Amino acid sequence: MTIISVLLILSCLLLLGSSRLHVAIRVVAAQGILLGVLPLIRAVGDIHYGIWILGLSTIISKGILLPWLMTVCVRLSGIRREIEPFVGFGPSLLCGTALLGLAVWITTRLQLTPAEAPLVLLTSSFFAIFVGLFLMVARRQAITQSLAYLVLENGVYGVGVCMSLDFPFIVELGILLDVFVGVFLMGNLLFHLDREFEHLDTDKLTELSDLSAPATAVEEHA
Amino acid sequence: MTLLLLTILLPAVAGTASYFIRPHRWRRLLWGTTAALHLALSVTAALPMNATPLDHWIGMDSLSAIFLVLTSLLFLGATVYGIGYVAREPVTGQLDFEDGSLFKNEPESIFTGAILLLLAAMTLAILSRHLALQWVAIEATTLASAPLIYYHQNRRSLEAAWKYLILCSVGIAVALLGIFFIRMTIQDSPHELTLATLLERASTLNHKWLSTAFIFMLVGYGTKMGLAPMHTWLPDAHSEAPSPVSAMLSGALLNCAFLGILRVQQICAAAGMASFGGDLLILFGLVSMGLAGVFILRQADYKRMLAYSSVEHMGILALGVGLGGLGLFGSLLHAVNHSIVKAMLFLTAGNILSRFHTKDTTKIQGVRDALPISGALWIAGFLAVTGSPPFGTFISEFTILRAVVDQGRWVVAALYVVFLLLAFVGMAGIVLRMALGRSEVNRVREPLTTVLSPLVFAVIAILLGVYLPGPLADKLHDAAQLLGGMAK
Repeated sequence: MTIISVLLILSCLLLLGSSRLHVAIRVVAAQGILLGVLPLIRAVGDIHYGIWILGLSTIISKGILLPWLMTVCVRLSGIRREIEPFVGFGPSLLCGTALLGLAVWITTRLQLTPAEAPLVLLTSSFFAIFVGLFLMVARRQAITQSLAYLVLENGVYGVGVCMSLDFPFIVELGILLDVFVGVFLMGNLLFHLDREFEHLDTDKLTELSDLSAPATAVEEHA
Repeated sequence: MTLLLLTILLPAVAGTASYFIRPHRWRRLLWGTTAALHLALSVTAALPMNATPLDHWIGMDSLSAIFLVLTSLLFLGATVYGIGYVAREPVTGQLDFEDGSLFKNEPESIFTGAILLLLAAMTLAILSRHLALQWVAIEATTLASAPLIYYHQNRRSLEAAWKYLILCSVGIAVALLGIFFIRMTIQDSPHELTLATLLERASTLNHKWLSTAFIFMLVGYGTKMGLAPMHTWLPDAHSEAPSPVSAMLSGALLNCAFLGILRVQQICAAAGMASFGGDLLILFGLVSMGLAGVFILRQADYKRMLAYSSVEHMGILALGVGLGGLGLFGSLLHAVNHSIVKAMLFLTAGNILSRFHTKDTTKIQGVRDALPISGALWIAGFLAVTGSPPFGTFISEFTILRAVVDQGRWVVAALYVVFLLLAFVGMAGIVLRMALGRSEVNRVREPLTTVLSPLVFAVIAILLGVYLPGPLADKLHDAAQLLGGMAK
């Protein structure tokens, strides 16, 4: 469990510092597999068939199918292979360590009993949530936003594993299905974004805004 | 119980089937039949003799009865309008009238399938009495409605759909964290997250965890409900979606997220923490009203104006619930009124858009001249949505005002009235300029499908202003009591 938590933290730091899209996709895939293994380890002793199904479907969806979809997206569309940050990689890593500190502070403040939540795992899950939110605003491309959403969701899933193992299995599957379909739809829209805007930079998505003059945005595309 | 399951499964099955039905006529027939049957099922399920026990994962109390029948009614209205709408949309590519680019609509089967699945997800969200199950359903509504927003496959709808999907998914992920925290409030096992369990143990719940959970769920579901400052996706999505979809999004879908917040508030009230959540709701409510008022004032796009008006009304709902007592009744009544009026306005806006080919308010004149029925509806809708008598919205907004004054919160009362006036002035300028005068386009006979639903909604909006039917009033009082309001 500790190993998984540490790996989760390392993978998040890697995401903050990596400049290659392919690396980022693989790291997110690895996270998905780690999280799929998690409930299996957590439930040592009485492994219920539901936990097996849940773990396996997490691994298949978050670890294999969605990363594969992203890779196809990158290959078929003209996305540049480098990640373009608003916040550079060095400062991102610095922010990352600050966020890690925040995660540690929050988990110690939460006052959980150790039996209910392994603290390391809780810390790393909160860290993943923060990193997901940070990547969402700090990276330029639409595809990195959907990756960031996956990281965020992985973090939430981790917190869920810590806090409520007795969640009904059918509900857990429902949550997983929602995430899967959500990212699938995002991937679908990515293709269209690429075709329509000939780029996947979200900071150019400014036609619909009440704050900036829309006319200039239209000219930019024309 | 079977009845409730049937209400959820019917649109789900019909929606899935729609993807595979090739002939347009059969698919549209299925769409219409499902909508009518769904309304019949919802009304039957809401009858007192069909009451079900409330300790299961799915059940219907007064709160869900109000929202379910309302949603179903709006869906039927949007269906009557929508079937005509998709039938008139060209199959081949068409010119975008705003930036002149060429675009092609989504296949109609995807549109019909998605809107029926949206109905299924909304029904589940309304009926579910398990917090996590409700979360799954609310997230499913986001997923089902994203393809609807992207129906006209052009740049603006794409941008709107992308923002909608990302922002709502992130917001809802925050709400899921909140649900995990609610699980932590139960100190002894079993940790069932059904409303029945939570309400039964309300007095033993851990207050610190419950307040944290409330904040997370308010922010999470508040994003989906369109409370400022998390509302930024809403004007884009609601203005770029096809009009029948906008009507569903503003009229019905926002209510589902509102219900998500109401359920946590219900738990808080049972745990004796009604005022904690209440103050936060009042704050978010006022911020939403103020911000929306400002943006309505300088709005150049009438569908965006309607979208901001939805933000404003969501603020009113949050404010009413936050006040508690009489405010709860006012807020629930207002939810009913707002949904009906907003659906009517969006459908009318769709008529104007398809005749004048622009969303720019400054380029439209003489709607009454060119489209006599829609023009009249447009003015009536404006009066209704700004809470003028004799419409139902006047009564509900006034009830909320009375609740504020009763509690002696003078600052809140002043802000509430100022923001309502701001929206009134802003909309009056835009709507009247559009409606009056001579138009440059010719007068046409309006097809029945385009005016029937908004006309019916207008009649209901007026009726609710002069007479509140007994069964509805009972349900509203009952629901307000569930949320900790006073007895009748």
